[in-house]
This record gives sequence, C-alpha cells and structure tokens, in this order.
Amino acid sequence: MNDTQDKLQAALTAAARGRITRREFTQLALASGVTLATANTMFAGAARAEPKKGGTFKIGVGHGATTDSMDPGLYPDQFTGTALWGTLANSLTEIDADGNVVGDIAESYEPSDGAKKWAFKVRKGATFHNGKPVTAEDVVASILHHTKEDSKSAAKSLLKDMTSIKADGAETVIFELSGGNADFPYTVSDYHMPIMPKNEDGSVDWQSGIRTGAYKLEKFEPGVSATFTKNENYYKTGKGWFDRVEFLSIKDVAARTNALIAGEINYMDRCDLKTLDMLKSNPDIEVQEITGYGHQVYVMDVRAKPFDDVNVRLALKHSLNREEIIEKVFLGHGQPGNDNPIAPTVKFAVEPQPKHTYDPEKAKAFLKKAGLDKLTVDLSVADAAFAGAVDSALLWKENAKACGIDLNVIREPDDSYWDNVWLKKAFVASYWSGRPTVDWMMTTAYAAGAAWNDTFWANPRFNELLVAARSETDEAKRAGMYAEMQQLLHDDGGLINLMFNSYVEAHGKNLGHNKVAANWQLDGMRIAERWWFTS
Amino acid sequence: MHPVLRTVLQRLGLGVLTLIVVSVVIFSSLELLPGGYAENILGQGATPETVANFKKELGLDRPAYVRYFEWIGGVAQGDFGASYSGVGGTNKREVAHVIAPRLYNTFFLAILTAIIAVPLSLFLGVMAALYRNSWYDRIVNAVTLTTIAAPEFLIAYLLMLLFALKWKWFPSLSTVGETTPFFEHLYRAALPAITLTLVIVAHMMRMTRAALINLLASPYMEMAKLKGVPAREAIVKHALPNAWAPIATVVAFNLAYLVVGVVIVEVVYVYPGIGQLMVDSVSSRDMPVVQACALIFAATYILLNLSADVVSIITNPRLLHPK
Repeated sequence: MNDTQDKLQAALTAAARGRITRREFTQLALASGVTLATANTMFAGAARAEPKKGGTFKIGVGHGATTDSMDPGLYPDQFTGTALWGTLANSLTEIDADGNVVGDIAESYEPSDGAKKWAFKVRKGATFHNGKPVTAEDVVASILHHTKEDSKSAAKSLLKDMTSIKADGAETVIFELSGGNADFPYTVSDYHMPIMPKNEDGSVDWQSGIRTGAYKLEKFEPGVSATFTKNENYYKTGKGWFDRVEFLSIKDVAARTNALIAGEINYMDRCDLKTLDMLKSNPDIEVQEITGYGHQVYVMDVRAKPFDDVNVRLALKHSLNREEIIEKVFLGHGQPGNDNPIAPTVKFAVEPQPKHTYDPEKAKAFLKKAGLDKLTVDLSVADAAFAGAVDSALLWKENAKACGIDLNVIREPDDSYWDNVWLKKAFVASYWSGRPTVDWMMTTAYAAGAAWNDTFWANPRFNELLVAARSETDEAKRAGMYAEMQQLLHDDGGLINLMFNSYVEAHGKNLGHNKVAANWQLDGMRIAERWWFTS
Repeated sequence: MHPVLRTVLQRLGLGVLTLIVVSVVIFSSLELLPGGYAENILGQGATPETVANFKKELGLDRPAYVRYFEWIGGVAQGDFGASYSGVGGTNKREVAHVIAPRLYNTFFLAILTAIIAVPLSLFLGVMAALYRNSWYDRIVNAVTLTTIAAPEFLIAYLLMLLFALKWKWFPSLSTVGETTPFFEHLYRAALPAITLTLVIVAHMMRMTRAALINLLASPYMEMAKLKGVPAREAIVKHALPNAWAPIATVVAFNLAYLVVGVVIVEVVYVYPGIGQLMVDSVSSRDMPVVQACALIFAATYILLNLSADVVSIITNPRLLHPK
C-alpha cells in the first residue's frame, strides 16, 4: 500500500469517527487521485458506518390496536412485538442478522442427554430497569407465565414439550424436554417470551413494563403510541444508540408515507407498493426490501376428495403461474415459492427439484394420471389470509383454465376467516409468518396431528425424520434429514407456496445500520437497539 | 308545566328508552358476528385450550342474556365495566379510563370545528341570502357543494399535501396525548378541523340561505322593505329570528356528525379519537367498549336533537307562550 492510500484510509477512519469534515476529506481524496463523486460516496459511506449516539427515533408502524396488552403472551403483531419486546425487552436468546441464534439474557447454553436437557446461564451484569439483577428465578417465572394451567399465551404451544423448568442456583436455569430438541435455543428467542421480574408470590410482573431492554418504557397508549427513553445501564455494548424512541401506530399507508416525507417519522414499515417508485425518487428517503421468512400460501386438505390424490395436488401445483401473480398483484415484491415453506435464508433450507413452475402440459399429464380429464374445485379466499389473496386466486383461475382445471373462487368474509374457513374448508388461502428453524416450521405446520397442520398431511417418513433430526447434533446428518423432509413436502404435501413476501420498508437517509435481519420486519423487530442516526 | 320543561323531560325519558333499545341491538348484533374476542386476539394462535381459558376469564362462557343484564345493571349504577384487553392483570382497564382520553380528543376536535364552521356557515348563508343569485352566491354555493361532494379522505389528503408537505405550515400527523399542551393540541388538530369544516359547511350554509329566502317572501318582510329598512338590517333583525328553528336542527345534526362520524378523518391524520377506538373494538369484539361507545353516540344524538328543539321553542313566541 503506498503512502497516499494510507493517508486516504486514515482519513476514512477519521470521517467515520466524525473527526474531519466532508470538505477536508474531499480535498485529501482528490489529492490522492479519486474523482469528486467517488470521494463524496466514500465520505458518506464512512460517516454512516460508525454508530453515533443521540436523537429521537420515530417509527410509524402499520399495526397497533386499542386492545393491545402489556402481557407478552398476547402480543399480536409488529407494534407490540417491536415496541414492547424488541425495544423494551430481551428474551433468553436472539436471532442475529444472519439467522443464527445467539445468547441474549442467556450468556451461554448447553444441551445434555441428547438435547433433552438444556442449561441456560444467565448473563452477568444483566439488570432490570429498576436496577435489580436478572436471576434464574426471574427467568423461570417468565417462562412459567406461558405454560401455567390457565395461560392464554400464544407461546403456550411452543413450550408444550417442556416438562419442567427450574433454577439451579442464581445463574443457571435447567429446562427439561419430553424429547430431544437441538433447536431449543431458537424457541426461547420468540418475542412472546421476554424475561420479566418475578413477583413475591412466584408470578411475574408483566404489568409494570419493567424489563431489561435498551430502552425504558415512558408511556404506552394502546393503539396510539409507545415512547421509550434510553436505558443507560444496558448490559449490551454497542447497542441502543438513540436517546428516545417513539412508536406511532399509523394504519393508513398514505398517512404513514406522508409522515415520512414530512420528516415527522424516521422509519415506516409496509410501504405502499403502488407508489413505491415515487417514494424511491425522493432524495432524502431510502427504501429497503428484505425477503423474509413469511410466505403466502394456498393449502389443500389432503384427506378430502379430490386432494387425497397426490396427482391432483401436483396438477394444481403446476397450474399456478407464480411469477405472473407476483408481477401483477404484488408488483414484483416477492420471491416465487417452490412448495417448500422454508425460506432460503433459513439454515438447512434447500431448493427441492424439480422446481414447481407454471406448466399446463405437466398439469394435464398429472390430471390424466389421476384418471381425470377435467377438474373442478372450490377455493376459499379472503384478504384476511394475506393482502392480495383474492386477486391472486382470480389470476390463478385464469392460469388453471389452460390446464383443464376449473377453479371456483369463493370469496369469504374477512372477519372470522381464521375461525370458520382456515382448517375448516378443504382448499383455502393462508399465511405463515415463518419460523427461524426448519424444525419449528415443520413441527408447527406439517407434523402429523399438529394443531395448525392446515394440510392435514401425515407422512410417516416425514414425521420419523422430524423427530430424529430434532435430537441429532451432527450438523451434516441433520442437513441431510432436513433436505429429505423438504423434498417430501414439496413432492407430496398439500402446500402450494405462492411466494415468500418481502418486507418493504422506508427510512430517512440519516439512519445507519448493519446487515438487516430477515426473521421479522423492522430488523428482526430489534431496530431500536440496532440502528442509529448518522447526522 | 312550562312547555320547554315538559319537552325536555319527555324527550329525556324517551331518550333513556332509546338508549336501552340501542344497547340491546348492539349487544345482539355483536353476538351474531362470527368469531370472538379470544379468537381475534390470538389469530392463528388460537388453540381450543387457550380460547377456553380466555373465555372463562372474561366470563364469556356464560349465556348472552346473563352477560347483558349484568352489564346493563352495572351501567345503571355508572359502572361501564372493564375492557377485555386488560383482563387477567391486576390493573384492569376500566372502560371509562379507556374512553375518557379519546372522548376528550373527539370533543376537542368537534368543538374546535364547530367554533370555526358554525359562525362561518351562518355568515356565508346570510350573505348568500342577501345577495342571492349574485356571483358571490353562486361561487359560495359551488365551492361548498364541491367540498361536501368530495369524499372526506380526498379533502384530507389534499390539505395534507398542500399544508403539511408543500408549505409545511401544519404537521401531517395529529397524534396527541394526555400530556400534549393545549396550544400544541390546537395546532395539531388544525388540519382535521379544517377538513371537517369543509365537509359540514355546505349543509348548514345552504339551510340558512334557504330558510331566509323562504321568509323573505312573507308579508312582514315586504312591510319592512316598504318601511325603508335596509336589506341587511331586515334580514338580521326580522328574518333571522324566525329562521332559527330549521338552522338549529341542521346545526345539531352536523355537530352530532362531528362526534360520531369522523373516523376516516381520524385515521388519515392519525388523531386518537373515539371513532377509531370503536372500530378497533368492534373488529376485536371488545364488547364493553363497543357498548359504551354506542351509548355515547346515541346520547349525543338525543341531546343535540333535544337542544335543537329547545332552541326552536324558545325562538318561537307562539310555542314559548301557548294560550
């Protein structure tokens, strides 16, 4: 490296720390033979990369209802998830930007007995907002909050394999599971399971909002806003840069966009796809698109006629023009599915072959195999399943005509779609927000007898592999098992995966960040502790 | 008994009856809606077990009529019950506490709008009657009819585009909280208030104009004119006192609308009023809150209509002093 390049490097470092101005940097860069435009970009890039403290970070979220509760077992969506978990609280573990599980409140964790027993060690120095240190007792009480007899928690089913939990000294928590589960650290990263202080009587204090996170709760008005101030004693270093964080529930997408343009908020989720190009042309705003774990699907009940014939299922899988629907209904914001519910960014994900694409000839061939010339089926849809479900189904109807399939699209009411249509009718639209591990996703939705197995698929080989892979600690063997399971589901299951959806979010250009996580929207719902202002 | 007093008492009695009917209708229609609070909160996460736990804790496992009478009994004693959303906690969310701040915001916006809109439309209406069929009359009519015909959200977006994004005079978000100072509240509520003013002015202004023009044809106005009373004085002194009854009715109607019907404006400006609260509560089936909102809305209509009738009695000597 020659002398001028050394100098330039030093100048970049100085720029990153905010020690030299743009003008000084540009002069130096020009002297070392860099063009003006490049120098400007270099400066902006460097100045962004280094986190800075301060500022009030305002986020407009398209969720939030007056019925939102402080009880983490009842967090329904992104508003409560991002504000009352990602900003305010911590779980035992968290998912990092690469989709791996890392310790959070737990400093470390060790499996034993074929992953049936897990010991989590509570991090030294982790304290609640009231100054008390986090103990193993607090962790136990926080987990038991979800599993107790009369619990209403959405996390209850996640923890159904947990047979006991106890504190072993002040720092260690021992979980015992009914079967081995190598992915258990992922389970406890869930946003329904923050660590909360224990009450005298053994219950947990979820009401006060005293948690462990990078920010303390100032005020929570359900359905309106939540405000937070910096927790100076946060145990993580290099996280939590803002002085204040404000979440606003802005359900109208035009209002959310206007607020961002007017500078009243710094970040918005769920951009309006139809006007996205106009938003992108705004010089102060950056739009980011992340392919998440969430996927939008149509599911067939494999017990019901005619879906009990695998050839009918395959014919339908080949009758859907995923690319066209994504282009026309979702304006290109999504990634076509391949009848595998595992997002490509999840560990152990594979792309099963042959890839299912729109192919009328193949679809007809499968119909013939099933002994049919023509097929007429009812498809129940509502936009409650996912926005665009009805439009997609109508386009599909046109696609399917060429395959000799008559799709009768029935529009169901949005209200109570999940109660009366999903899991009740044989062929419906559905949505999965996705899970960070193969095991979690498969156990939730494709294991025989699972409460949410919406295809009612019960493949013996698949279920055998599911149990075997769960306690397998050899990564290579596990990968092989998961690949076979995904292939089985792709070939035989009742799932038609239309697409993995993208999180399209926008923010002011004065925000800096590292790699953005894909497990949830808003940088894995932990945006407030991960991002910072650059100016 | 004085006729005003008699009307008031009669109407209040009927009003209570109306409220009871409203509460029965709302309660039974919510019962008829598919799905329940537990299913809505838990969404896909609703397993039969968690739903059962939920219902037990909320008391939803009991028959509907028991719950209704329990609730109406509480209301009669001034207890609106607790919102389902705070259930299970030690700090139950009383319906009154949930509604009070929202109701305050709604009344704040309604009163602010009324302060702008009512005098403005009376003034415009009187002037339009005075200079009827002139250019002024036509322009005022055309403009107000355009604003009433345009959907509220369109007006809201246009105002937001001009005043918040282009000129930056007002904020595009009207989020206010309990701690917002009065003048900031005023500033933040300005755009919603202007939007609502544009929506309601036409109705009141045209009624004022029509009522006055109607009277201008009557003999005593002819007499005033023959006496040489100037047109302006004739309208303000002789015609207007006789026109109060229809104007008051329309004003009351529009004020009631400001309290119960502004949910779209609330959503566009993100103003935390009671309309948004009620919509949220209906979609999540938070029965106690929906019921309380419905009662407040019904009571608003009843009271405003009552006051319009009182105004028409008071301004009409024949009704005020019956033989």
